[in-house]
Amino acid sequence: MAGFSSGEQTVIAAAISEIARNILMYAKQGEVFLSLATNGDRQGVVVVAKDQGPGIADLERAMQYGYSTSHGVGAGLPGAKRLMDEFEVDTVVGQGTTITMKKWRRVI
Amino acid sequence: MEVPILRQGQYLIASIQSALTDADLSHLREALIAQVGRSRCRGVIVDVTALDVMDSFAVRTLRDIAHMARLRGAETVIVGIQPDVAFAMVQLGLTLKGVATVLDLEEGLAFLNRRDEERLLETRPKRFGDRG
Repeated sequence: MAGFSSGEQTVIAAAISEIARNILMYAKQGEVFLSLATNGDRQGVVVVAKDQGPGIADLERAMQYGYSTSHGVGAGLPGAKRLMDEFEVDTVVGQGTTITMKKWRRVI
Repeated sequence: MEVPILRQGQYLIASIQSALTDADLSHLREALIAQVGRSRCRGVIVDVTALDVMDSFAVRTLRDIAHMARLRGAETVIVGIQPDVAFAMVQLGLTLKGVATVLDLEEGLAFLNRRDEERLLETRPKRFGDRG
């Protein structure tokens, strides 16, 4: 995938799995878009996860490791952030959440 | 996809063949815990060699299996975590603390055999004249 090593692919897949699980737990349904991006001499993958769920009331706490309102392990959002290079959350209570995360490929 | 559970002597071996859904994982947990009692086994090996992604739910389910089996009198060992999977797990902060993990099936069987021997030594009643 886009020249990523198998290790990097595993990391990206785990991150996507975590945010997809978040959508299922809180919003029930949503969409995940994948695309390729270039930034100067870097190539990467952009993952956008969108839902029209309840939104995240306390984003600061949601990004804390071990915090969960659904009896999960609380690894989802902070875990995905650790796995990716860039991580942005855009959330409005009552309207939904969009998470954009990117992973850049190391240029050797 | 259902995970086949094989019986090898006193041990159960669950060999995961492909990526599993959350429902498959939960089913594996229930099936293993039930079978620990049915077959009165002392050890469980979960082989995850074929898994190329493990997320927080998968790791939590494996941990739950190990803890539940222990409550039912069986030791669990997870075998075959791939290097890339180990890397992603550590990044996610999922360390499987308190759960035995070894390299492969062979090591898993050796681990359970050792645990069994230790357990026999611990539970052997002391005879008159025994020291200590």
